[in-house]
Amino acid sequence: MSTQASSRDALFAYALRLGDTSLVLGHRLSEWCGHAPELEEDIALTNIALDLVGHARLLLTYAGDVEGKGRDEDRLAYRRDVFDYRNHLLAEQPNRDFGHTILRQFLHDAWAVELYERLAGSADATLAAIAAKAVKEVRYHVRHSGEWVVRLGDGTDASHARMADALDRLWPYTGEMFERTAGEAELAAAGIAVDAAELKAAWTARVSAVLEEATLPRPADGWMQSGGLRGEHSEHLGYLLAEMQFLQRAYPDATW
Amino acid sequence: MPDGACWGPEETADAAVRAAWTALAQVMDPEIPVLSIIELGIVRAVRRDDGGRLEVVLTPTYSGCPATAMIVLEAELALARAGLTDARVTTTIAPPWTTDWISETGRAKLAEIGIVPPPKAGKRALTAPDETVACPRCGSPDTSVVSPFGSTACKALHRCNACLEPFDVFKCH
Repeated sequence: MSTQASSRDALFAYALRLGDTSLVLGHRLSEWCGHAPELEEDIALTNIALDLVGHARLLLTYAGDVEGKGRDEDRLAYRRDVFDYRNHLLAEQPNRDFGHTILRQFLHDAWAVELYERLAGSADATLAAIAAKAVKEVRYHVRHSGEWVVRLGDGTDASHARMADALDRLWPYTGEMFERTAGEAELAAAGIAVDAAELKAAWTARVSAVLEEATLPRPADGWMQSGGLRGEHSEHLGYLLAEMQFLQRAYPDATW
Repeated sequence: MPDGACWGPEETADAAVRAAWTALAQVMDPEIPVLSIIELGIVRAVRRDDGGRLEVVLTPTYSGCPATAMIVLEAELALARAGLTDARVTTTIAPPWTTDWISETGRAKLAEIGIVPPPKAGKRALTAPDETVACPRCGSPDTSVVSPFGSTACKALHRCNACLEPFDVFKCH
């Protein structure tokens, strides 16, 4: 394989990682539409979902351009199966209760802010433009999700217990955010990608500060789940895609 | 650029470019219909592309703004109605839109319909959470945030503690 082809594959994989993670998490949040604990939060979760799906559209469109096989954002979103998705396992975890949803969101947002702030300086003009746009939005998201984590963690006994449970369940999925996709290190060396491993310290500082205020002890970094970046997903993603892709699977190329 | 930092028509001898700006001034934001897309600061350029074809460049406000496709369509229709049938509308995301690009006229119109215009961002990305926002109806500074996410992606919902009316605030972006 030529150097040019392998760096194109690496860029495609990188854009998919970011695009798929935004798409899957955005879809998860949209499942709250009409079900959130209060109207304002219903609107907030769907607003955030909208931003994430917006980022996914930009990233998947770019992935399709880089790949050069004529796949557009819809083709990538609706015509790939579980094994072809490259999202973080954290993003596909089910919503469970509101505390679980907002903690999952915070753990992701804290990563996304650190990522996009750095990626805005990418040598790749398209990635830099997407990141510069996204970072303004995710800064707003992380403030919102972080405030909720504090309010619920440092809230009643019941809310604290639920948040502690959510933290136990979700923590093993956080390690994957700092893994690299194939070729990511080379892209980072060329100033195109942000080396995910380098986000760990800043993410940990941000998350630790919020958890401390929320009176939630930070779990130790034990064994971490892994696989999303290689297409090895939890059972949950299949159900999510079945719902999200239904129309295009039942009526391929349908438009309206 | 007619007012402040707003992007707008520049002096040109090209009659079609001037006509395009005039046509675009009639296109309103579908979610805040008192504002034209020029006043909203999302018309980034009207120019001739390399082939000499008229090109209108728009920029979305928020990444996921569902009104973007509608705005592009409305702009195309307005250009066609003005006889500029050859013009095409494209979008760009760089540099990213900021509420600082809402024109002074646009800000005044927002205030008039009871939406608090965004503070000037400068280097800041978003409003500080503790920033005082005066009630657009009674002017009281005693207000609180009901929800940082409002009826559209670009707005937050506040409430006046004096007159008790809720009101929208255009988020600083």
